[in-house]
Amino acid sequence: MFWVAVAAIFVVVQLIFSHELVTDYIQTVVQFACVMAIVSLGLNLIYGFTGQFSLGQWGFYAIGAYASAEITYTFASRFSMPVDLGFTTLDLGQNAVFLVSILVGAILSAIISFVFGLPVLKMGGDYFGIATLGFTMVVKVLADNSDKLFFAEMKGSRGMVGIPPLTTWLWAFVFLVLALVVMRNVIYSTVGRAMVSVREDEIAAKAMGIDTVRYKTLAFVIGSFYAGLAGGLYAHLYAFLHPSTFNFLKSFDIWIIVVFGGVGSITGTVIATFGWAALLEGLRIFLPSGTETWRFVVYPILLLLVMLLRPQGLFGGMELGFLKPPKWPRRQKDVPTEN
Amino acid sequence: MSLLKIEHLSKFFGGLKAVSNFDLTVDQGSLVGLIGPNGAGKTTVFNMVTGIYPISDGTIEFDGGSIVGLEPYQVTQQGIARTFQNIRLFPTLSVLDNVRIAYHSHAGYGMKDAVLRTSSFETKERELTEKAQDFLAVFNLQDRQDERASSLPYGEQRRLEIARALAAEPKLLLLDEPAAGMNPNEVKSLMELIHFIRGRFDLTILLIEHQMRVVMGICEWITVMDFGEVIARGTPKEIQGNPKVIEAYLGRGALATGKG
Repeated sequence: MFWVAVAAIFVVVQLIFSHELVTDYIQTVVQFACVMAIVSLGLNLIYGFTGQFSLGQWGFYAIGAYASAEITYTFASRFSMPVDLGFTTLDLGQNAVFLVSILVGAILSAIISFVFGLPVLKMGGDYFGIATLGFTMVVKVLADNSDKLFFAEMKGSRGMVGIPPLTTWLWAFVFLVLALVVMRNVIYSTVGRAMVSVREDEIAAKAMGIDTVRYKTLAFVIGSFYAGLAGGLYAHLYAFLHPSTFNFLKSFDIWIIVVFGGVGSITGTVIATFGWAALLEGLRIFLPSGTETWRFVVYPILLLLVMLLRPQGLFGGMELGFLKPPKWPRRQKDVPTEN
Repeated sequence: MSLLKIEHLSKFFGGLKAVSNFDLTVDQGSLVGLIGPNGAGKTTVFNMVTGIYPISDGTIEFDGGSIVGLEPYQVTQQGIARTFQNIRLFPTLSVLDNVRIAYHSHAGYGMKDAVLRTSSFETKERELTEKAQDFLAVFNLQDRQDERASSLPYGEQRRLEIARALAAEPKLLLLDEPAAGMNPNEVKSLMELIHFIRGRFDLTILLIEHQMRVVMGICEWITVMDFGEVIARGTPKEIQGNPKVIEAYLGRGALATGKG
């Protein structure tokens, strides 16, 4: 049932895109929303479910983006292997390099988050927030000042060009669905419950035999893996990377999405991402020409209204469809009670 | 046979001696009380036993091995579970999840099984949940399983906290002022509950308590602390008549005035 719905959504959107019923611009925005949803899911796992205030996800997003762009920039053209499928041509070679590259980016982000997180997560609380904020700033400064890292030209603050545009609706959607399924499976297991117990009361969690540092680290590493993955997709969506994208101020977008959708709600994050993208881009279309910049006035006002009317976020404490927690009926069997 | 053996235990916060030279032996199967006026250092002893505070000096042996220096979660995995003075449930989670979290160390499946939803995950998760449900039934909380823990009335929150501690399958249960803030009726049912779990789970219990009625009613052996030191030990009867204890609780001269 779930997979039928997923396939249906994919096919419908794919048909709309390939018959050019919407402009290229809208197509890009939809794919970008998928990318943002993946980073935001990672942040929600770290903050919404495990209660750790991470401002570092934007840095891991940057690492994933640059790492995978370096790989495809260098290798994609060498492995070009176009295959004619009749209705469309698909470059199997380039796509294979692309998949490897975004996985490498994601794994690199995960490894760095592990090394960075281990000492910092032990401190916990506000220190963790400040340390991760510092991390994001360091990554931005490195990107600004690195002309060449490893093997490809990053061109520092001039911006990296020449990345093959390999992110398509197929990949953006497939990775979003995978991210969702993995996250749901983790959350509704004993691993996820251990993470949530850290958010609820860390001392009580320890007293219940839960290695809290381990689960904080695990959530941070998975969340950073998601950020790295999304970064790779982002790099190949616009085919251009500029350090200003990874300024920490921009990282507030994912915070807005997570809080707006509801802290600790997977459904909320996904719906809020698409709502956020539709709002920002929709305002650009609907506001009379010449007043487009007013969207940055209208958009905060809308945010303010939602927070006033629904402080828990749109879907705070709620899930829809396959993201709902499994129901356990009360046991009918008579258990021997007292004496 | 002693299950918990504490010798020369001390804790200094800077120059302040919170606990000094504290000795306590808890025998297998016994129900021991630890009492004393406010600030005597009782909870500090609990926090050292459970690994929350590092100790300054002394030894703590549990079940034949030293537990000094272990992380709190490791102490729990060794078989010591506790409740807290100010109830510490997982407030926004369901009653069922509160208990299921305590089974974490015994879940028997890992991250890989969870992500891939293997058959091992399905069966173990079902087993774990059914075990938790049966457990709730023992504490008469089975109808509350889907409610938020924070929405339960105070007495039931206390009961859930004890249930959750027992779900971790401990050999020794530490109760930190379980009767705090309870009315006389709730205290009565709490005392019945403590008696009941002790028999049913074959437990050893160490309990901190302020309310004399509770301590005198259920403990077999009592240790009294004041200013971080042990001032008396004995059976409830002996403690009741001990002049040092009366002095600690009521002040110097109370004995003389009481008699005069």
